[in-house]
Amino acid sequence: MSSHYEAPIRKPLVLGDKSYHDVTVDVARPVEGRANKQWWIVFSIALVAFLWGVGCVAYTVSTGIGTWGSNKTVGWAWDITNFVWWVGIGHAGTLISAVLLLFRQKWRMAINRSAEAMTIFSVCQAGMFPVFHMGRPWLAFWVLPMPNQFGSLWVNFNSPLLWDVFAISTYLSVSLVFWWTGLLPDFAMLRDRAISPFTKRVYSILSFGWSGRAKDWQRFEEVSLVLAGLATPLVLSVHTIVSFDFATSVIPGWHTTILPPYFVAGAIFSGFAMVNTLLIIMRKVSGLEDYITIQHIELMNIIVMITGSIVGVAYITELVIAWYSGVEYEQYAFLNRATGPYWWSYWLMMTCNVISPQVMWFKKIRTSIMASFIISLVVNVGMWFERFVIIVTSLHRDYLPSSWTMFSPTFVDAGFYIGTIGFFFVLFLLYARSFPVIAQAEVKTILKSSGDNFKRARENGNHSHNH
Amino acid sequence: MSTKVIHALYNDDDVLMDAVKTTRAAHHHIEEVYTPFPVHGLDKALGLAPTRLAICAFIYGLCGLGFGTFMMDYIMIQDWPQDIGGKPSFSYIQNMPAFVPVMFELTVFFAAHLMVITFFLRSRLWPFKAAENPDVRTTDDHFLMEVSLHGNEEEAVEFFKSTGAVEVKVIDKH
Repeated sequence: MSSHYEAPIRKPLVLGDKSYHDVTVDVARPVEGRANKQWWIVFSIALVAFLWGVGCVAYTVSTGIGTWGSNKTVGWAWDITNFVWWVGIGHAGTLISAVLLLFRQKWRMAINRSAEAMTIFSVCQAGMFPVFHMGRPWLAFWVLPMPNQFGSLWVNFNSPLLWDVFAISTYLSVSLVFWWTGLLPDFAMLRDRAISPFTKRVYSILSFGWSGRAKDWQRFEEVSLVLAGLATPLVLSVHTIVSFDFATSVIPGWHTTILPPYFVAGAIFSGFAMVNTLLIIMRKVSGLEDYITIQHIELMNIIVMITGSIVGVAYITELVIAWYSGVEYEQYAFLNRATGPYWWSYWLMMTCNVISPQVMWFKKIRTSIMASFIISLVVNVGMWFERFVIIVTSLHRDYLPSSWTMFSPTFVDAGFYIGTIGFFFVLFLLYARSFPVIAQAEVKTILKSSGDNFKRARENGNHSHNH
Repeated sequence: MSTKVIHALYNDDDVLMDAVKTTRAAHHHIEEVYTPFPVHGLDKALGLAPTRLAICAFIYGLCGLGFGTFMMDYIMIQDWPQDIGGKPSFSYIQNMPAFVPVMFELTVFFAAHLMVITFFLRSRLWPFKAAENPDVRTTDDHFLMEVSLHGNEEEAVEFFKSTGAVEVKVIDKH
């Protein structure tokens, strides 16, 4: 087992004396079993929320954008807030599957599949806002540079909103093929275990006839590595481009060069918090505590702490630069955030995003499942308010005091947002019951180096092969 | 006319690696190895040529960059060189910063998707493709080495048993 050497200081990533077959059985169990009552209850709630959202969108499209709380001054509010929030949440999935792959982080293997699923499902939610916040969404296809009968009338490539179209569609499609390629060996495992002809057929189609040849694996690993290398700059560029929606404007409070890295840090921050929330529940209900261990939760908490600190530095930088700039509009924008009519959202954001991740410095807190769960929810509330604060407080009071106004959302704004949360959970719950939620082929590659039984055997100087 | 192959099944990746090395040393021709997960170093042990997919991806990326540049130069500079918000549209380079995001995204888009499609085609993977692993256990915890059989059958079976195979089968392959 010399090829599986690992420093003794590293804690095991797979607990419970697992063999390769045990990994297969544990990953296949939630898929092969039947959904219990709780699943149906949660699924029904999510479905109702989703259908409510469908109703609100139908109402918006058929009646008009005026059903929302946005007004002539505040043209962007909950729509873009929710868009940026969902895109941000999606970023952790790519971070886990791509960046942690480039850094050879073995602990990513138990969480990457679900994190990527989260990416895909949340980018789907995000993608709905750019379409349905349009006044005439049935003309949305005009954003594409397609030859046409208007003398070939094209789009304008100067607009960050068009860059968004390219960024989000590239991001969603590349994430999807990255995820699907990784799924092939796991679908093949389910296919080869399937008992009923129907499931056999389904997983045969899904697995693309994956047979696990040595050459296939060689290419598979190269493709994964190159996709990780492409997805890493992609994930940074996508949220950068999203931040350009604001940063390239002339609005005080928006026009800052710090927005691209700061939005990306915020995206990782909120995304990891969401992964943590979902996985804490999933490990329990799917019986995967041996794979998604307390160590995984702790490492995710550390990333939340680091990116939360980066976000905190960005907040302070913005304040310092506003003061240093000598531009009274910029100074007023930040004074308005802290003491204006939306002071509560600013201070809520500050509390959630700057203080809550700092408690992760205490080992007791970052290794507590309950504390991690609560803090990860708090972070997502805080990050929603970050986008709300940036968007609404910068718009409702800017250059001309005669244009100053307030914003309050309507039930349709809220309904659309609730609908996307419902849709997200509908997709995620279906995923959890039909997809292999842990990349078993990857976990098997680290079993001998990081499984607790193999580590124990190595420490006892036992070099047997465990036949 | 049928040719015979040996299917030697192993249940451990380290045993498989040793077996591959001994089999190659004994000049048996390994047709194929099926494994449930990527066994690192197996391609080297089998003497497989490195894959060129990364080179493909690089070329596809250049295609994407070229496509994006051509498209935006044609649309923004050649076809309708309009003044949109005071942006200079006299030459591509003048307004180039505004084109960087789309140039970048198209580079990644082309590189990623065309490489994945190339991978699917080269490895012959598509939705209605029938699986070709000879034993269902090879996606769970077994490793199968397929070796072409020449000469004495019993001797070969004995040889593969000695490499640590848990099961050795002689298969008629048409």
